[in-house]
Amino acid sequence: MSVSEQTAMAPTGSAPDADDHIAHDAAAPAHHTSTGLSNEKLGMWLFLGSECLLFGGLISAFLLYRSKDVEGMTGPAVGDLYDIPFTSVSSFVLLMSSLTMVLSLSAIQRADHRRARTWMLTTAMLGASFVAGQVYEFTAFVREGLGYTTNLQSSAFYTLTGFHGVHVTIGILMLVSLFVMSLRGRLSAEKTETVEIVGLYWHFVDIVWIIIFTLIYLIPA
Amino acid sequence: MALTEERTPLELTTGEESVVEKPLGAFTRPSSNEGWRSWLTTVDHKKIGILYGATAMAFFAIGGLEALLIRAQLAQPNGQVLSPEIYNQMFTMHGTTMVFLVIMPMLAAFSNYLIPLMIGARDVAFPRLNAFSYWVFLFGGLFLYSSFFLGGAPDNGWFNYAPNSGVAYSPGHGIDFWTLGLQITGIASLVGAVNLIVTCLNMRAPGMTLLRMPVFVWMALVAQFLLLFAIPVITVALFLLMFDRLFGANFFNVEAGADPLLWQHLFWIFGHPEVYILILPAFGIVSEVIPAFARKPLFGYPFMVFSGIAIGFMGWGVWAHHMFASGVGPVSVAAFSLSTMFIAVPTGVKIFNWIGTLWRGKLTFTVAMLFAVGLVSQFTIGGLSGVMHSVAPHDTQQTDTYFVVAHFHYVLFGGSMFGIFSGVYYWWPKIFGHKLSEGIGKLHFWVMFAGFNLTFAPMHIVGLQGQPRRTATYPEGMGWDLMNLLSTIGSFLIALSFLIWVYNVVRSRKNPHAGADPWDGRTLEWATSSPPPVHNFDLEPTAGHLDEWWHQKYEENEDGRPVRREEFTYLSQVDEPSLSRGGRQPEGVDVSKIHLPSPSYWPIVIALGLPLVGYGLLYTYWLAALGGLLIIGGIVGLGLEPSVDPEAGHDEHDDHDPGHEPDDGQEAELVAVGAGDGAAGPDGTTAATTTDSEPT
Amino acid sequence: MSDQTLTGEAQQEHEAQTEHEAQTEHEGRAHPSDRNYVGIALILAVLTALEVVSFYVEEQLGALLVPALMIMMIVKFAIVVMWFMHLRFDSNLFTRVFVSGLVLAITVYVGALMTFRFW
Repeated sequence: MSVSEQTAMAPTGSAPDADDHIAHDAAAPAHHTSTGLSNEKLGMWLFLGSECLLFGGLISAFLLYRSKDVEGMTGPAVGDLYDIPFTSVSSFVLLMSSLTMVLSLSAIQRADHRRARTWMLTTAMLGASFVAGQVYEFTAFVREGLGYTTNLQSSAFYTLTGFHGVHVTIGILMLVSLFVMSLRGRLSAEKTETVEIVGLYWHFVDIVWIIIFTLIYLIPA
Repeated sequence: MALTEERTPLELTTGEESVVEKPLGAFTRPSSNEGWRSWLTTVDHKKIGILYGATAMAFFAIGGLEALLIRAQLAQPNGQVLSPEIYNQMFTMHGTTMVFLVIMPMLAAFSNYLIPLMIGARDVAFPRLNAFSYWVFLFGGLFLYSSFFLGGAPDNGWFNYAPNSGVAYSPGHGIDFWTLGLQITGIASLVGAVNLIVTCLNMRAPGMTLLRMPVFVWMALVAQFLLLFAIPVITVALFLLMFDRLFGANFFNVEAGADPLLWQHLFWIFGHPEVYILILPAFGIVSEVIPAFARKPLFGYPFMVFSGIAIGFMGWGVWAHHMFASGVGPVSVAAFSLSTMFIAVPTGVKIFNWIGTLWRGKLTFTVAMLFAVGLVSQFTIGGLSGVMHSVAPHDTQQTDTYFVVAHFHYVLFGGSMFGIFSGVYYWWPKIFGHKLSEGIGKLHFWVMFAGFNLTFAPMHIVGLQGQPRRTATYPEGMGWDLMNLLSTIGSFLIALSFLIWVYNVVRSRKNPHAGADPWDGRTLEWATSSPPPVHNFDLEPTAGHLDEWWHQKYEENEDGRPVRREEFTYLSQVDEPSLSRGGRQPEGVDVSKIHLPSPSYWPIVIALGLPLVGYGLLYTYWLAALGGLLIIGGIVGLGLEPSVDPEAGHDEHDDHDPGHEPDDGQEAELVAVGAGDGAAGPDGTTAATTTDSEPT
Repeated sequence: MSDQTLTGEAQQEHEAQTEHEAQTEHEGRAHPSDRNYVGIALILAVLTALEVVSFYVEEQLGALLVPALMIMMIVKFAIVVMWFMHLRFDSNLFTRVFVSGLVLAITVYVGALMTFRFW
């Protein structure tokens, strides 16, 4: 086979490039990548894409088991125990923590470290009150006779909301670490992206709750 | 484990800006690239690739042993070799091992070793996470296998259907080891997927557009995307089952009204993409091997790429064909039948493209080529029996018979494993510097080829005759005796062929150095020395073509025929014999300026925490707490440690890498920063000299 | 966009061009100001309030309840993703990666749930 045919196999310049950005220097430091995007941020987005399938599975398991009519089901149905005003407040708290998170990022991008720290801590506190609310909700449910093993719905409910709660807790830990790093001056100007990446995770946890709040709490079985 | 290094802590006397805290004082950062200890702390994608490969091959031997026991039991009717309980454990662990601990990590090995080289990068995007992935995989696998010594292995099949997986039907800890072990290896796969996807997208050399990436890189990329999205699905299933078994949840508790089909859906939503995770990189391997030995470019490169992507997409829409016999409704069955038939189309495109590449090529049947052609032919057989299963009534007839066993061994062994061995023979000289012996290799191929077909072809027949799989014995007089005996003989032939391979590996250590480019390869990994230097390339690669390296070596003459150029430049210092067929050494490169990520203890520390959490959940929560502390501490340590150790020697202070002692005054120094001060003696003794290499 | 040229000069030129484009892209669609963020949060708060209200007027809404709640959920989701997570201002690649995970999740799980319903 001739060289010209060989070349013809390769996409020529006119071939559509699957990728908007062009390869550059692979060995150079971060922010100078083939796509021009940072490795860490791309990695976080990939992880979040993957998390969609995790929460999707847990939500599906709950929806499947809530809609199931089990004869002689032990214990109460989850839907009968919801305290909608209470959950609305804690949903609102989590939603507002997204605002404080983004304000923290915006502050640190302006190199306003003090304000960034304040908002970081506020975000962590809002997250913590959400988790505290969840703990309260769980104990209230258990007092009403709905334990983890009581019935199909209860297992699915506690697993789903518990997974979400663990995600929030991990987010709080990351925020506190950021706060400490910032206090000790380790969050330099080049590292504001770390805050952005933690922020992405935090907002993701928030949007998962937006879905859970509607699908699990508000829409009746 | 030894967490200390006999290296005296050193202080920066220059008062540099970079304030590096030494996390946990005593644990000085490892810096050696030599000696056995360096393998524990390495972040070099090449070493990690070798670790993955060696571990996977060890598990292959274990999984093969389990298969031999199964076949010994089934050699004759009413076999007495294994008790039914042990038989169940054997086929469960055989399947789990081969899928999760052999083929997946084997393909991770190739992806790790080759992707950075093929796209012209110095390493993967996150080298320390890469090391973390490997250790998590290893400890997950060992955790799973420790079940044999702790009350019995899992015994419910690799698919682990509910409700048989419940405590009531499997009261031992076996299934718990299975759920926890696979969760641990799942973490490894997920982290690896993120890492390799970012690498493919972000670390390409200048000019290496997506459509100039070698097909292997493309197929590995698609497989990593499948992993990225499939792993969380099995994670959900595993968590639900774990909560059922450990904390009394009701997800698969039929008495509480649970639907066992939930498990089947979650498992197969993961499981079918998993099938393509197992085969796509093998497709990628043969797509590199066949052009190299047909002396032709791959026929229809864009079709190859896009059919791979199409398989990746369609692989998500066919899962319920594993459940035709489970009672899903006719609408679902019809829909999934159709989608299953359609997915054969992009696979067929690939087969035709390989044949198109072979067509009128100047074929050389090296061992790598034999295995590649073996994949094409045997995968086609397996693919065809797969299409048979898309016809629901046929599938219903064959479900749980040996026909299915025959089918998926033709695609996974005849496909994936043959592809893997093709890659092993093809890239061996690149990785270890010498070829595996071709003569012994051919013996290996033919014995394996014969053994494989002798084992699995008869299973088609006994399957159609109705022999059920996963059953410890079968009675006399069913007409299955001869075929089962043949299968057993074949399986021992496969074992023999594996031993031949091991012999080849051991014997070939004495083979002469193969040079940088023994096969006259087409892709960038052949442009650097064998084995490549730590930093992969002295000269930064650029890519103006698909098959860039081939284009640098060949040009077109007046008749339009390719002729070898007089002048082309290797991308790193190669040995003299490599230059006998033209080509120059790179000049004027100061490789000591190349900064690579430094080795680190933290990946293995964090990874060690995970099995501890696993044992803790099963035995005592204190152990889990200890594991949790290790994980958190490790993450903190990893976070505080800069990826390139500022204390590692810079510039002219580096020692020379003993393996590449420059014999020519003009040659650049070959030690990257990653090599640091660990050059010392070939016996791996570090220390002592280190003080000299510090900036003063 | 093409990059068929490999000669050093063209390559450099090309690099400069891409960098320039990347920069203008960043500057052209500047991130929202803090004031914008507060405004967005207000919209989210109002939507949440509406959601809760619609839960209490369930009977008046009748069959409209579920679609109304779903729409509000999707709008809230989209607002957070597009503004707070900056997908509106960031590279398309992030959007593609995230949306493919999301769409895949919806497709396979809705598909699986449907097989429990349809016969």
